[in-house]
Amino acid sequence: MPTAEEILPEVAAVHWRARVDVAYLTHQGRLWTLTTVAHVVPFVGAATLLMWLQPLALPVALACVAHAWIIPELYAQRGANVLRPRSRPTQDSSDDDDASSAERRSVGLLGDLVGHDARALHARTGLVLEPGRLGRWIVGEAGAVLLHGRRAYCYCVKVDPRQPAAGALPSGDRIAHLLLALRCDEQGFATVANLSFAGARWRLRRRMRSEMRAALEAASSGLDSTSSADA
Amino acid sequence: MSKLIRMDHTGHSTLAEWTPDDPVAVEAAIAAFRAELERGYLAMVSSGPGHAEHVRELPLDADLVIMRLPISGG
Repeated sequence: MPTAEEILPEVAAVHWRARVDVAYLTHQGRLWTLTTVAHVVPFVGAATLLMWLQPLALPVALACVAHAWIIPELYAQRGANVLRPRSRPTQDSSDDDDASSAERRSVGLLGDLVGHDARALHARTGLVLEPGRLGRWIVGEAGAVLLHGRRAYCYCVKVDPRQPAAGALPSGDRIAHLLLALRCDEQGFATVANLSFAGARWRLRRRMRSEMRAALEAASSGLDSTSSADA
Repeated sequence: MSKLIRMDHTGHSTLAEWTPDDPVAVEAAIAAFRAELERGYLAMVSSGPGHAEHVRELPLDADLVIMRLPISGG
C-alpha cells in the first residue's frame, strides 16, 4: 500500500475511481474486447444473414461489413490520437524564435530526465519510452500508452488545461510533466488519466503516425523480451 | 549547487540556487518554493532512475527540484 507521500496529489480529484492495478487493467482489457466483439458480430451476422436470404441485398450486406470494420478502427484511432502532438497556433517570426528557444530548453530538461536511448527515441518520434511496473509506457504531449500483456491501453492525460500557464508550455515540458507524475505514482497516473482505448497492439500500430511507430516497436520489443525472460 | 526550477512557457526558469551552508540563499529558495506552491505548482524531485517523489517542503539536499503543474485526464 503506497504511503500518502507516494500517491499522486491529483488522485484526490478523482477519489471515486478505483485505483488502477493489474487486475483492473485485465478487467478493462476484457471489457474492451467484449465491446469490440459486440460491435463486430451483429454487423457480420446481419451481412451473412442478408446474403443467405437474398443475394440481391449485397450492397446492404457490404454496408454492414463496412460498419463492422470501421467502428473498431475508429476506436483504435481514438487511442492513437492520445499520442498526437498538439497543434500550435501560427506565430510571427519573433514569437517563432522565442518558441524555438523554449522548445529547445524544454527538450534539454526532458533529456536530463531520461537516458540516452530514450533521448534518441524522442528525437526520432517525439515520444518518450518509460518502463514501469504495470508495463511499458509511451509518453506523448497529451497522453500515454501502456503496453501490458498483448494489449495497449491508451490514456488521455495532460497538463490540467484549467491552469492559466498550461496553454503556453512547450512540448518537452508537457511530456516532462507527465513523465514526472508517472514516475511518482504509476498506478495513480493511470487512475487520473482517462482510458480512451484498450486493444491489441497491432490495431493501435495501424492508426499511429508512421514516424511514431518506432516508439511502439521499441516498447513492444522490450516487453516481449521481458516476457520471454520471465517465462 | 542545488537548483529550484519551474517548467513554464520559456522551457524552464531557474527560481533559486542554493548550497545548504548559505542561509541567505536557502531562505530565498524556501520563499520561492512556497510562492510556487501557493500558485498551484507541485514540487518533484528525482529519486533514482525512473523514480520521482512529490515533496511538500524544499529538500535542501536535493540537486534539482522541479515545479510542475497538476495533470488531469483529457
